[in-house]
Amino acid sequence: MAIEVRIPTILRTYTGGEKAVDATGGTLSAVIDDLEGNHPGIKERLIDNGDLRRFINIYVNDEDVRFIGGLEAELKGGDQIVVLPAVAGG
Amino acid sequence: MLTIDQTTYDGIVAHAKRDHPDEACGIVSGPEGSDRPVRLVEMVNAAGSPTFYEFDSTELLDLYKKMWDNDEEPVVIYHSHTATEAYPSVTDIGLASEPGAHYVLVSTREHGNNDGPVEFRSYRIVDGEVTEEEVAVVATLPTP
Repeated sequence: MAIEVRIPTILRTYTGGEKAVDATGGTLSAVIDDLEGNHPGIKERLIDNGDLRRFINIYVNDEDVRFIGGLEAELKGGDQIVVLPAVAGG
Repeated sequence: MLTIDQTTYDGIVAHAKRDHPDEACGIVSGPEGSDRPVRLVEMVNAAGSPTFYEFDSTELLDLYKKMWDNDEEPVVIYHSHTATEAYPSVTDIGLASEPGAHYVLVSTREHGNNDGPVEFRSYRIVDGEVTEEEVAVVATLPTP
């Protein structure tokens, strides 16, 4: 069973305008690699130097992944991922 | 051009004055594609800082889920500058992620928490490009 990934407006250029796409993988890291396979370029917008970008929030079933293992967070079919850029500035 | 009603405008200004000297932040959502800022949502500045703002990540998700449920989008994203002019900083530009939104900047540097005029300016920020736009404050928004 696939994992639904909700894509924010700013990253929909990578998904042909789709608001949500399906992916598979047992960890967030694997899901992002799977996304990259179908939507090249998106990984770099999520990950920098092997870690989640500071101003990108990723939620698994409404939990901020930073609190549940980050890129190693475990996932299963039917989980829902939401990607939201931080709303922040100076 | 940003067209905003007086009550919402006053609400943003009051929020900025109240939180001074820290930066205040929030959004005004509206129906998708309408360009009508109708629902003011004050957000907590999780950074609690006079030089930085950031929506709390959990509140950010709640906010977006509610907008999705209501077929809304962020029409205005606002924050205050408390010691500098109401112009997007390099950080603001680098982190702007809603190309469809009006980015409103309010500067409270003149009067702080007190009564008195503030700078209230609006911009589009797309791909690092800042374009200032006119702000029209109206008694009530025109009916769609």
